Formats: sequence, structure tokens, C-alpha cells
Amino acid sequence: MQAVQVLDAKGLACPMPIVKTKKAMKELASGEVLEVHTTDQGAKADLSAWAKSGGHELMKVEEENGVLKFWLKKA
Amino acid sequence: MTEQKKTTIVLFSGDYDKTMAAYIIANGAAAYDHEVTIFHTFWGLNALRKDEPITVKKNFMEKMFGKMMPRGADKMGLSKMNFAGMGPKMIKDIMKKHNAIPLPQLIEMAQEQDVKLVACTMTMDLLGLHKEELLDDIDYAGVAAYLGDAQEGHVNLFI
Repeated sequence: MQAVQVLDAKGLACPMPIVKTKKAMKELASGEVLEVHTTDQGAKADLSAWAKSGGHELMKVEEENGVLKFWLKKA
Repeated sequence: MTEQKKTTIVLFSGDYDKTMAAYIIANGAAAYDHEVTIFHTFWGLNALRKDEPITVKKNFMEKMFGKMMPRGADKMGLSKMNFAGMGPKMIKDIMKKHNAIPLPQLIEMAQEQDVKLVACTMTMDLLGLHKEELLDDIDYAGVAAYLGDAQEGHVNLFI
């Protein structure tokens, strides 16, 4: 599960994490993994709902010192 | 992904907070790859006004309306706790601390994400607003065009 790109969305408020994730995902090829870091607690629900709707796979979520880390595999 | 989904929002309100909610939803929907339309009517038209004064020929009532309404999104008041203009100053300060995006940037971002911004021409006439006073690259339409989008909409909101 090697991410090809890490998106730093720490400190950003809604709706920025999702807007930036969408932009970053657009650059990836199918099957590639994007790693997203956020501090917005709403991002947990946001990113999993967004990934589901787009058919992407949310492979893993981790929390570390208030920073949420997501690994998204592009559909 | 299968078919293109649509989100339509009628922005009737001219309040900073409500407009902010509308534009956050619009930007979110655009990130969901929806085709997004915001139909601005009545006080919501003020979100589309340029902030600089534009000289256009107006009658007395139109001039009065133009002076009394906020010139652009940044000059809007709050729907609650406006405190004669102190409220917006306070909320903008708090927003900065929380890294929330100010309304003018949300509008810019919506345009970058190809959100269709539509001004209702009938209410533009009522309020005496002219195309020259509104942002560039927006559309002009009436209720039928809105309904054309909304009837295929998966999310339809009135704010």
C-alpha cells in the first residue's frame, strides 16, 4: 500500500479537504493510492462517503496526535 | 461512475452566513462530480455584485436599492447576531482562526470548479441590478431554466 502522493490538508476547514482530495485524485491513475492528512474531524465521515460515491476504496484510516490519515485507492 | 448527478441550489437569501452555507454545499457537490447550479434570486443576487461602484443609468428607486443593498458578498450581513455590522467582523475574525474560507474565495472556488452561477433576470429588473454590476462569466435565466436543471437534480435546495 504505497501511496504515490501525500496530500497535506492539515488545518483546513470544510469543504477544503474534500475539494483538495478530489483535485489530487484526478491526477492519479486507476489503482494508485492517495494518502490524505487532515485535522478536520468531519473528514472521517466526509471522505468515506465521498470515496463510496465515487467508487474509490478507502483502504485505511489512522489517527495520530489529532491528525487523521486516509489511504484512498482510485477506482 | 455512471450518470452525471446534479445539484441545484436556489439562493434567495442575501445573508453572509446563509450564502456561505450555499457555497460550501455547492463546492462540496462539485467535488462529488455533480453538475452544480446556483440560481440567485432576490437578495441572493447581491452575492454576485462586483464590489466596485459601476456607473449605469438607473432611475431613482433603482439607485436607492443599489445603495441599500450590499455591494458584493463580502459586504453582506449575518442572518443572526448582525449587531449593526459588528457581527460579520467578529465571524470573519473567528473564521480566520479556524481556517474557514471567506465567502468571496468560496465563490471564486465555485467558479473554478465550474459551478454554474445563474442570475434571475426578473428579480434583477425588480432590484434594478444590471449585468454590468454583476460578476463576469455568469449565466442569466428565469424559472424555466432553473426547473430544467432541478427536475433532473438529485439535490435541490432553497436557501
